[in-house]
Amino acid sequence: MQLHDKRSIWDKLHLDLPLLLALVCMMVASLTIVYSASGQNEAMMLRHATRMAAAVIAMIVLAQFSPATLKRLVIPLYCLGLLMLVGVILFGVSSKGAQRWLDLGVTRFQPSELMKLAVPMMVAWYIGRNHLPPRALHLMVGFAIVILPTILIMEQPDLGTSILIASSGIFVIFLSGLSWRLISFFTGLVTLSAWPFWHYGMHAYQKQRVLTLFNPESDPLGSGYHIIQSKIAIGSGGIEGKGWLQGTQSQLEFLPERHTDFIFSVLSEEFGLFGVCLLLCMYLFIIGRGLYIAVNAQDAFGKLLAGALTLTFFVYVFVNIGMVSGLLPVVGVPLPLISYGGTSMVTLMAGFGIIMSIATDKRMLLK
Amino acid sequence: MLKRRPTIRDHSAEANLFARRAFVGFVFVTILVAILLSNLYTIQVDDHQDYQTRSNDNRIKVIPIAPNRGLIYDRNGVLLAENKPVYNLEVIPEDVKNLDDSLAAISQLIAISDQQKNDFLDDIKHNRRFKSQVLKARLNESEVAKFSVNQHKFPGFSIEARLARYYPYADTLTHALGYVAKLNKKELAKLEMDDQATNYRATHDIGKLGIEKYYEQLLHGQVGSQRVEVNNRGRVIRTLSMTPPEPGHDLVLTLDIGLQQIAQHALKDMRGAIVVMDAKDGGVLALYSNPSYDPNLFVHGISSKNYKALLNPDRPLINRTTQGRYAPASTVKPHLAILALEEGLVTEQTKMWDPGFFQIPNVEHKWRDWKRWGHGHVDVYKAIEESCDTYFYDTAYRLGITKISNFMAQFGFGDLTGIDIHEETSAILPSKEWKEGRFRESWWRGDTISVGIGQGYWTATPMQIANATNILVNKGRNFPPHLVQVAKKEDEVTQINNEEKPPVELKNADHWRIALDAMHNTVHKVTGTAHKAFRGATYDPAGKTGTAQVVSIAQGERYDAESLKERQRDNAIYIGFAPYKDPQIVVSIVVENTGGGSTVGAPIARQLMDYYFSANPLTVARSVKQ
Repeated sequence: MQLHDKRSIWDKLHLDLPLLLALVCMMVASLTIVYSASGQNEAMMLRHATRMAAAVIAMIVLAQFSPATLKRLVIPLYCLGLLMLVGVILFGVSSKGAQRWLDLGVTRFQPSELMKLAVPMMVAWYIGRNHLPPRALHLMVGFAIVILPTILIMEQPDLGTSILIASSGIFVIFLSGLSWRLISFFTGLVTLSAWPFWHYGMHAYQKQRVLTLFNPESDPLGSGYHIIQSKIAIGSGGIEGKGWLQGTQSQLEFLPERHTDFIFSVLSEEFGLFGVCLLLCMYLFIIGRGLYIAVNAQDAFGKLLAGALTLTFFVYVFVNIGMVSGLLPVVGVPLPLISYGGTSMVTLMAGFGIIMSIATDKRMLLK
Repeated sequence: MLKRRPTIRDHSAEANLFARRAFVGFVFVTILVAILLSNLYTIQVDDHQDYQTRSNDNRIKVIPIAPNRGLIYDRNGVLLAENKPVYNLEVIPEDVKNLDDSLAAISQLIAISDQQKNDFLDDIKHNRRFKSQVLKARLNESEVAKFSVNQHKFPGFSIEARLARYYPYADTLTHALGYVAKLNKKELAKLEMDDQATNYRATHDIGKLGIEKYYEQLLHGQVGSQRVEVNNRGRVIRTLSMTPPEPGHDLVLTLDIGLQQIAQHALKDMRGAIVVMDAKDGGVLALYSNPSYDPNLFVHGISSKNYKALLNPDRPLINRTTQGRYAPASTVKPHLAILALEEGLVTEQTKMWDPGFFQIPNVEHKWRDWKRWGHGHVDVYKAIEESCDTYFYDTAYRLGITKISNFMAQFGFGDLTGIDIHEETSAILPSKEWKEGRFRESWWRGDTISVGIGQGYWTATPMQIANATNILVNKGRNFPPHLVQVAKKEDEVTQINNEEKPPVELKNADHWRIALDAMHNTVHKVTGTAHKAFRGATYDPAGKTGTAQVVSIAQGERYDAESLKERQRDNAIYIGFAPYKDPQIVVSIVVENTGGGSTVGAPIARQLMDYYFSANPLTVARSVKQ
């Protein structure tokens, strides 16, 4: 069998070549833009590249776990995640008004990052065990699995991450074939619950961000400043952009958080609408490839997990670009694969590792 | 429920269901991407111009650059007002590691008062940390040297040079030049009204007095600007473009600094005023008012102690040449003699008996002559030479106030001379209308008598007296007094103040000669009041003395200098010109409370003329030949 192994080198490595190439392209793009957005700061570049390497390793490592192994790890991972979230609320470390970290002595750890993977895995495992589309009882349990960590993370408070985690779980349920009637019902319910949520569920700073979204010029020096400067950066980039390292909004630091949440504005300013289209095409390709892998996955767990991870990746894209271009309120979501910042990059790449594991698993069985 | 559950999962049906859902998901993703793109298209393409402008507004700032103020020279090119660099110790707080330690260390090197330190700490509190703030202004040379040697120990500290006005002749020229000082709110508001505020955006000082104020517009120049790129904290990253400022016009004055110094020296510590005019064009050769003060005190903000010292009873702040109101006294006798001749009241030959006093028919009151026993038989020459009061009491009485007033107005009395400084008063040329307006009282015949000897209600400034004398010596031609000759900017020279006013015309031009001859005699005849002072002059002078009472002496009393308080003693006045045949200069001198014009005024005129003609030997040669 070893002699007649027709699998390509990439299959043996459990890597999906098209996806891998797309990810490498994104990383090159990320290095290019972060170099500009950090004001040519070499120390930051070094840190960013190091984290990228760590993220790639995380991806390769996770790709080696077969879906079957992952299934076995689902429950312990999810439970550990929940415990740590409770731990954060009880003993967590505060920073900038939010309590998101656990101090592990050696390093600080953000349990919500673990939950970004554990929640869709848990829901996919639970729903996938049974027939599709899921029955009412399974649906309810599935929702419970999603809502519990979402609420805990919202308490920290971290609206961006809780949205990402909630959507990752909900995507599993959507992909499992939840009837359109129920989808309409839940959509209606969410819309109706928005009012009490607005009044009791949101922090003042979160409300301010939403209000500012609708009229950023009302407070140009306060909470509207970020979004105004971001739109000026994007708009002044025009079609062709001002050129790499030539963006005045970003280089002269009028743009806040330029290397993290607002890095898209830097790209738009320096590379214009051309750069924006190229980036969106790359994202569409990655999402298309992810969904293709999901559709061709071997079992329900693989399909649901790969699909949900892919769609969640898009949520990052949509929320980040939506917020910097003034369509959505400012919630702390980085531009996936591009923004400077360690943990989210590692989590994302780990997610792609799981997708690759699902992609190559199928081929092994076909063999 | 449990029964209906199929035992075998339909994998292909599930795969189909999932594929449909994944497809729906992808469609959804595509729609959302389209929404993002259309929004970005709006921002980047439709609204590009707007955002481009706002982006530039963010980063481009225009910094104004102050123009260099025009310099001021005397008629011979001597620099009278210059711009000198002053050295300030400045600090950029951002670059200082430990401000308290550095301040303590620098105090060991350069004396820094608590006031300076507190002002500085207050300034940095209210300004950006990268902006340089003055810790100590106007360091002296030794302080600059001390700091320069130790500069490496004080990162963030530096010495910055700025141009500030400096008047090298200090108090010699104050009343002519005036001075500049820090722009105040009122002046800013006025600049705003005149649409000049932008031009002064970088300017610290503005002319407050004298030439500096009068010619502010010419001297100031045009502001320049620098377009710079700044970051979000306002720090300048680079210069994009620059429009250099246009310096102001340099002014060349008619003043002669040498003559000005003689004037200052001659007055010593006496209160008084000296005006010397160029008889040929009205240019003011010297304008000095004593006591004076150092204008440099005001440039950097005068201390309240120094300012209070200037508010003393000698009133140094007053420009006596144009603001001092003095009775012109006998210096107007030549003019009045001309009027009497013109009106036919007297002729060249008419003689009058002077008993030493004048009385209006049927009135008891006696107007006394300065010579108690009288001058005897007096004709018009003797009346001027010996300054006979009785002759002019009589003349004035017969002329009446209206004729006197109308005639003297032609010589500029009672009106501004129009000299190019703003500190000027019109003083008083009395008339019936004036008295009614001023006192609501009609004019008495008796009021006219003292007007005949330039006293009573009549007051004039030394500048007016000089101007009236200049018209006289030019036989009616009128060259109004002025201080600035030309304004220069690079190669472009603009003549200013070269206008001649309409002349004073007489029915008989020979009457000028009579008055001028009499003034010539005043200096040359042994009996002339100015004879002593000008003995041995190398040029040919003429003049007229005057002694003005400050308080009226009661009937039957005598003027006794010793018994009067200093402030009530007579003012000495002198007018003079030379050379007699072809007048070059006219002088007008008033010295307060020192007694006679012949003993105090004329000797000062002698000093001024001696200097002038020794500096202009050609003129002397010409006058001697004649």
